[in-house]
Amino acid sequence: MIRLLTRDLKLAVRAGGGFGLALAFFLIVTVLVPFGVGPEAGVLAPIAPGILWIGALLACLLSLDRIFATDYEDGSLELLATAPIPLEAVVAIKALAHWITTGLPLTLAAPLFGIFLNLPGPAFGALALTLLIGTPALSMIGAFGAALTVGLRRGGLLMSLLVLPLYVPTLIFGATATRRAAEGLATDAPVTLLAGITLGALALLPFAGAAALRINLR
Amino acid sequence: MALLVLDGVGCARGGLPVLTGVSLTLKAGGALILRGPNGSGKTTLLRTVAGLQPPIEGRIEAEPDSIAYAAHADGIKSTLTVAENLAFWSGLFGTADIGPALAAFDLATLRDRMAGRLSAGQKRRLGLARLVVTGRPVWALDEPTVSLDAASVALFAAAVRAHLATGGAALIATHIDLGLDAETLDLSAFRATHAARTAFDEAFT
Repeated sequence: MIRLLTRDLKLAVRAGGGFGLALAFFLIVTVLVPFGVGPEAGVLAPIAPGILWIGALLACLLSLDRIFATDYEDGSLELLATAPIPLEAVVAIKALAHWITTGLPLTLAAPLFGIFLNLPGPAFGALALTLLIGTPALSMIGAFGAALTVGLRRGGLLMSLLVLPLYVPTLIFGATATRRAAEGLATDAPVTLLAGITLGALALLPFAGAAALRINLR
Repeated sequence: MALLVLDGVGCARGGLPVLTGVSLTLKAGGALILRGPNGSGKTTLLRTVAGLQPPIEGRIEAEPDSIAYAAHADGIKSTLTVAENLAFWSGLFGTADIGPALAAFDLATLRDRMAGRLSAGQKRRLGLARLVVTGRPVWALDEPTVSLDAASVALFAAAVRAHLATGGAALIATHIDLGLDAETLDLSAFRATHAARTAFDEAFT
């Protein structure tokens, strides 16, 4: 399993792997928003938590269809399905590799990008924390969506539509926790719910993803 | 000892039955060549044997994790080197050494070449070398000699012979003569009855 993880990370970092794409997209969103809505601190500060979370979510969405599509096209997915490693583990490992190459960099970069949007001081910690807790759910749900649509031509569009509603709870609780922190309120409840969603996704979706892959490989 | 037994197996492609009542036995050291015209269900049967799709009837008996499947696509990552590609599969299948596999398919001189820079025949050889590192007894091969030149076909035949000599078995769908001492099974004899097909076809005519 470690082999699969290191291979996926290697593939992501090498030419054409798409590493950095999510980060560049996130940077573009956060840089463009002040141009769009105006640079006044009073305008930017209230919307900063929401914009940062939406930016991170869309950046995550950008690279989802690659999770299984490349392996499906060159035939490795069939070979992985016949390898002595459960398909559930393949789905979980692929989601983990996706998180390491998109979710983790987004989490680390978000506080820096928060400065561009005049994010209030107390919210920086909450932003990093909620992204750290929430982005694994985004990768796991995304891996499930990618497994559902693998093998479809231009499946990316369908996958985005399938995955977006599943992303809504994570977005709501992540952005709420960050906004409450910015206003100096308690964040326990939304952070706990966010963690609950992530744990639920991690526990259930590898099985759902593997079942979807089995059907799509037939 | 039989490594693979098929008993009255039927399989479907795209929801339509293509084969029915296929029975065969593969013993250690035995090879079986599947023949049949295009569309006769060779690939479908091999995918069923590999466990990628369930049979619609009959039984398939084999030890769990005993079948190595090689499809039309080789599953090669173009941004990894030849050695990295093979090392990944050998690690996944828990076998240690990729040296013999590289030697068997004359890939030693290409080991640090990016797989994306290989020719079609070299890629095919890399895909077949993967079979050696799986360490599994039964090889299910789908048109293994596509884009191989005569010398490479000889290398492949030698690799299959070596595999059979160590107690393995092979089920090969191919159109060419590999020079193996193997039985031949013509799949056109097991074609599913036309009832299911024509009913479907009539709906569209």
